[in-house]
Amino acid sequence: MSPAEPHLEQRDTEAVPGRPGRRKGGRGGERSMVPEAEFTSYYGRPIVKPAPWEADIPAYLFAGGLAAGSSLIAAGADLTGRPALRRTGRLGALGALGVSMFALVHDLGKPSRFYNMLRTAKLTSPMSVGTWILSLYGPWAGLAAAAEGTRLLPESARRRAPVALLGRLDRPTGVLAAVFAPPVAAYTAVLLSDTATPSWHEAFRELPFVFVGSGAAAAAGLGLLAAPVHETGPVRRLAAGAAALELVMEHRMEQSMGLTAEPLHHGKVGRLMRAAKGLTAAGAVGAALGGRHRGLAAASGLALLAGSACTRFGIFEAGQASARDPKYTVVPQRERLEREGPVRYRE
Amino acid sequence: MTSLFNDNDLWGPLDPSADAGYGEDRPARKGFFTDTSICIGCKACEVACKEWNDVPADHFDMTATSYDNSHSLNANQWRHVAFVERPAGPAPVDLGMPGVAPTDAVSAGSTAGGAGSTAGGLLDNGADAAPDFRWLMSSDVCKHCTHAACLDVCPTGSLFRSEFGTVVVQDDICNGCGYCVPACPYGVISRREGPDGSRNVGIAQKCTLCYDRLDAGKTPACAQACPTQSIQFGDVEELRERADARVAQLHEAGVMDARLYGNDPDDGVGGAGAFFLLLDEPEVYGMPPDPVVTTKDLPQMFRRATTAAVVMFAGAALSFLGRRP
Ligand code: SF4
Ligand code: SF4
Ligand code: SF4
Repeated sequence: MSPAEPHLEQRDTEAVPGRPGRRKGGRGGERSMVPEAEFTSYYGRPIVKPAPWEADIPAYLFAGGLAAGSSLIAAGADLTGRPALRRTGRLGALGALGVSMFALVHDLGKPSRFYNMLRTAKLTSPMSVGTWILSLYGPWAGLAAAAEGTRLLPESARRRAPVALLGRLDRPTGVLAAVFAPPVAAYTAVLLSDTATPSWHEAFRELPFVFVGSGAAAAAGLGLLAAPVHETGPVRRLAAGAAALELVMEHRMEQSMGLTAEPLHHGKVGRLMRAAKGLTAAGAVGAALGGRHRGLAAASGLALLAGSACTRFGIFEAGQASARDPKYTVVPQRERLEREGPVRYRE
Repeated sequence: MTSLFNDNDLWGPLDPSADAGYGEDRPARKGFFTDTSICIGCKACEVACKEWNDVPADHFDMTATSYDNSHSLNANQWRHVAFVERPAGPAPVDLGMPGVAPTDAVSAGSTAGGAGSTAGGLLDNGADAAPDFRWLMSSDVCKHCTHAACLDVCPTGSLFRSEFGTVVVQDDICNGCGYCVPACPYGVISRREGPDGSRNVGIAQKCTLCYDRLDAGKTPACAQACPTQSIQFGDVEELRERADARVAQLHEAGVMDARLYGNDPDDGVGGAGAFFLLLDEPEVYGMPPDPVVTTKDLPQMFRRATTAAVVMFAGAALSFLGRRP
């Protein structure tokens, strides 16, 4: 056998998709965002690695946003004398916070690993910053929910020292929770964007707005679902505003992402994102127009909650898909090279 | 840039160990210049690294697309030799193969030698025509970036900058959060997922530039094992000069495809501590064409998120300001 043979043989078996060489990008069928891209890769293998994260993380994103929005609603309800909405908001915030902490700890494997992050504070790490934001927010949200709980106790029990103290801290803790809530909803966008995952990083300009809109919409949804209609006027306004913010910024995000917006439209992610938009829009319209009707309010609330969850799972999965396909790493960098030349530091 | 960060903390040329706080008596920054033009794909580096660092075996099976059976850089593969089959390039030249010191391998005018890379052997064996393809081989490794995204985003401080300017994981501090994995623009670091019973499962792992060997004044295992001096270890400053000389030499010899990758301290990661001489586009070898550290945009991301948080607060407040029902 001549030494050349194995090479040639190998070359034949190699005539399959994924061999190094040019490959047409774009998958036909679904809406194509940009002209088809041609690019080279190493046997079609990924360049960047997808995050080793499971459904815990999008669940965490959803629950964190819901908690934050709920604390804002609870404080507003408290300050404007809407007790049922206040209760829904505080207990909803605590429940959502519980879910998000469970998801986080489940992702890390064991609780002690959460404390590993509290041993240091690092400004360059959104996860570190987020851990601290959560630590600043969580106790107030917890105390506000506990104060809410004391209202259910009989009058005599409420006069006892620790309980009475909680009762007096009722409003301050609720307001503090509301002050620290928005960063909880916003930082998760930085968490995703501060990576080399193409569809997360390229979204960094608009993603925080999408996420705070999504969080507020979900919390408004919970309010609509659980509070009596005579108290939900502000929540209906919030639902409409939050949904509009989310949908408009999501649209702008897709425009500014270039090729990396493509995974948002493909396959399962495409279905999630379409569902997210449909549910959010329907929930907002339902809340605005039919929010005084108990049944419609509840249905709109559910749609808003489901829409927010779909947004989080969709954006999460779009990023993972963009990391698995070298196209989304190579082509945007090539395009930038053609447009601007190599990225170089200039004083 | 926000005032929260020092100049060039996140982007731009920098001495990384000085930035990390090491004093004047710190050693010179260490790194690799991997000259892929003389790599023969023997995988001695992969094996030496596994042996020295006790890196468990990965899934060794042929990928059925090339001679590459180690897939990619990952937690269990700190050196990875890429095998790329390409259509034949321009007229073959002598690249200075094993046994010839790389610095004087190519003298001007010696372009009548064998075919590029390993295809040279075919001609010597009497084949009557140059093959219409050539092999490109490249031993890839962690770049030990000046601005290392993995290190920047690590929330525990497990990833740290050594006095040699390298980026190292502390196994006992890493909590397995996995944030460093999607942060790396080269897809180098990953969490060890197995095999069962091996050390540090669930912990992020990558090349340490043989921290223990550097400490003892030794050469990293992979560079030591490389039979062709494709992997050259040394002070980054000096290696950059060597790389410039080598690429000029190759250009003079007519190998116009030769290019340096990662050597420029002004590039998207502030220059890599481990950089390369390549004979084709980076993506052909599985490397990003023009990577930029994600934290370059971090100040802007924080500003955006802050604005969004304010918008959320204001929006909620506004919806309660309306008239009572
Ligand atoms: S190549 Fe990746 S893993 Fe290595 S230092 Fe740079 S960012 Fe970190
Ligand atoms: S997995 Fe470990 S090394 Fe990587 S970012 Fe998390 S704590 Fe740091
Ligand atoms: S420097 Fe050491 S740890 Fe890094 S690839 Fe070489 S042998 Fe492995």
